Amino acid sequence: MSALSLSSQDLGSAQRELRRRKLTAFLFVAPLLVFLAFTFVAPIGSMLFRSVHNPNVADLIPDTLERMDDWDGEALPDADVLNQFALDLKRLANERTSGRLAGEVNRVLPGASSVIQSTARRMRTVSDDELEAGGAALLFEAHANWEQVTIWHAIRESGKPFTFAHYLTAMDLEQSRSGAIQARDGPRIYVTLYIQSLRIALTITLLTFLLGYPLSYFLANAPTRTANILLIFVLLPFWTSLLVRTTSWIALLQTNGVVNTALMGVGLTSSPFQMLYTESATIIAMTHILLPFMILPLYSVMKGIDPSYLRAAMSMGAKPIPAFLRIYFPMTLPGLSAGALLVFIVSVGYYITPALVGGADGQMISNLIAFHMQQSNNWPLAAALGSLLLFVILVLYWTYDRLVGAKNISFG
Amino acid sequence: MQRLPAYYGFWHYLGHYGLRVAVGLTLVFLMLPILIIIPLSFNVEPYFSFTEGMLSLDPDAYSTRWYAQVFDDPRWTLSIKNSFIIGIAAALLSTLLGTIAAIGLSSPVMPFKRLITALLLSPMIVPVIIIAAGMFFFYTRFNLVGSHVGLILAHAALGIPFVIITVTATLTGFDRSLYYAAIGMGASPLKAFWDIVIPLIRPGVISGGLFAFVTSFDEVVVVLFLAGPAQRTIPRQMFSGLREQINPTILAVATMLILISVALLITLELLRRRSERIRRGNVVEP
Repeated sequence: MSALSLSSQDLGSAQRELRRRKLTAFLFVAPLLVFLAFTFVAPIGSMLFRSVHNPNVADLIPDTLERMDDWDGEALPDADVLNQFALDLKRLANERTSGRLAGEVNRVLPGASSVIQSTARRMRTVSDDELEAGGAALLFEAHANWEQVTIWHAIRESGKPFTFAHYLTAMDLEQSRSGAIQARDGPRIYVTLYIQSLRIALTITLLTFLLGYPLSYFLANAPTRTANILLIFVLLPFWTSLLVRTTSWIALLQTNGVVNTALMGVGLTSSPFQMLYTESATIIAMTHILLPFMILPLYSVMKGIDPSYLRAAMSMGAKPIPAFLRIYFPMTLPGLSAGALLVFIVSVGYYITPALVGGADGQMISNLIAFHMQQSNNWPLAAALGSLLLFVILVLYWTYDRLVGAKNISFG
Repeated sequence: MQRLPAYYGFWHYLGHYGLRVAVGLTLVFLMLPILIIIPLSFNVEPYFSFTEGMLSLDPDAYSTRWYAQVFDDPRWTLSIKNSFIIGIAAALLSTLLGTIAAIGLSSPVMPFKRLITALLLSPMIVPVIIIAAGMFFFYTRFNLVGSHVGLILAHAALGIPFVIITVTATLTGFDRSLYYAAIGMGASPLKAFWDIVIPLIRPGVISGGLFAFVTSFDEVVVVLFLAGPAQRTIPRQMFSGLREQINPTILAVATMLILISVALLITLELLRRRSERIRRGNVVEP
């Protein structure tokens, strides 16, 4: 045995010491992990859960759904199911919650809302005994649709507390009664919007590259004093409130805003252009907002590149453009990929700017999520759309982490 | 004007001047939208554009009426108050938790370092709309929707990545042997931490806190989902102003926010310089 080897006792104590230091380091991080678990991870988790879990209908008409359990789905459900449903409908009408049921079923079967609402109104005045005995006949009397199986299928479908149906809707798909997954009739709104969001994000990434690359190159090669002053021009917008920057783009692009007034003053056009509330407005304003995210990583990489490489290539006879493309550009790729991925990730899920300047055709997927959260109150669908977006983002983030390392994100 | 090298040909000249034109235009693109707000906020007319009087520098075309209106409107004063309360509380919370975590994270033996770093930075990456929707679902159960506490917790979570990034960056330049030296000379770990580590990383911690404050101060999506009328903040008020009736008080508020950003930028630059001086060891603490 050589003199340098450790006795097993020493080794044990060294390992214990290492374990102790690991534990100490972890204990420092633990409070924050607990905090984020509650404030951040659990909310995301509950959104994912929401996307497959919707107990609304199950809570509203539990008895009807229970009796529906052994319905074969071919003919109409048994009379006692229908009677129970008539009773439930009366109770909901009196509790003023029949609208919620109508809304939920309507998502599965468009048009069902008015059938349920009008029937519920008629059931209110009927006595419980009458409904228990002959609720089915009263339903048929109230609306002919109750004699068709489709609406009962819709009720059973919306009564399932766990479903992947919202994911199918979010991808413009649906499941037929036989269980086959097929494309939904009508315009493919969600897929179109996902593609539009990706296209807008890609355009913004390209534009920030085209504007940011020359500027970063110039900053990295300028004398320190000049570079520091010009860097303020990049950092001030970066630090300025997002809403301030969006406000100024509204002021600039409005029909009677600065740009149109200037164009008309110079005589370039006689009537103002419609620039605000278009897809271009979204792209321009977001390019402005995200440009610093491209410039800062590019600048820090370019600053570390020795300019003599390029000079050496040119002094040995390389033409400027090939020298640039083959010597300089490859060395800037780490900064470029970092900036581009960051801009793309941030812009794909953007909400505020498209909501304010985008109009109808400049909307992105986040705006639709907000719409389903706040206006149509279709929370499960909002959650499913959000989960899909989250998946896209996480794949990109994982790529970023592999390529650049998440810890290398920095500012200024 | 600097002299260009003698071997320059046509393409060199094109590149040289083309680059300068492109750089100039990009800088204008970056700065113009920020600068244009300031004169427009003094417009006497309720327009978002320059009037003839403003262009001919007629003093009567300018006024400070929109600024007066901001401070007369109880909705604006309430949002200003809320923005500061929520921003400061959220910044304190995320700076405290973030700084302690950053110290553990920068330890060379920290287990699962990569995974935990990615997790701690993810509030910056996940789209805010998803975070906001999830928080709405989850916070409802604890009655945190429509409360200041809910917003403070939410904004503190959003500020964490910025604190982690800034403080970790400061700690990479920190010489750990100083801490062990203090312990070796008999200080308790807590005392060594408080008297040695904290003063040395203080500029980084303050920058991190400022980042966290700005994150909250500028945040609107979570506020849209979690705040009731009593928790309206400045960005929330601007958002509804821009959506409903556009009114130049927004420009006055925007100008004040720009001034705050300038002040912030200067503070951060001073802190960065101080941090660099500390790293070189030129600072004698009083």
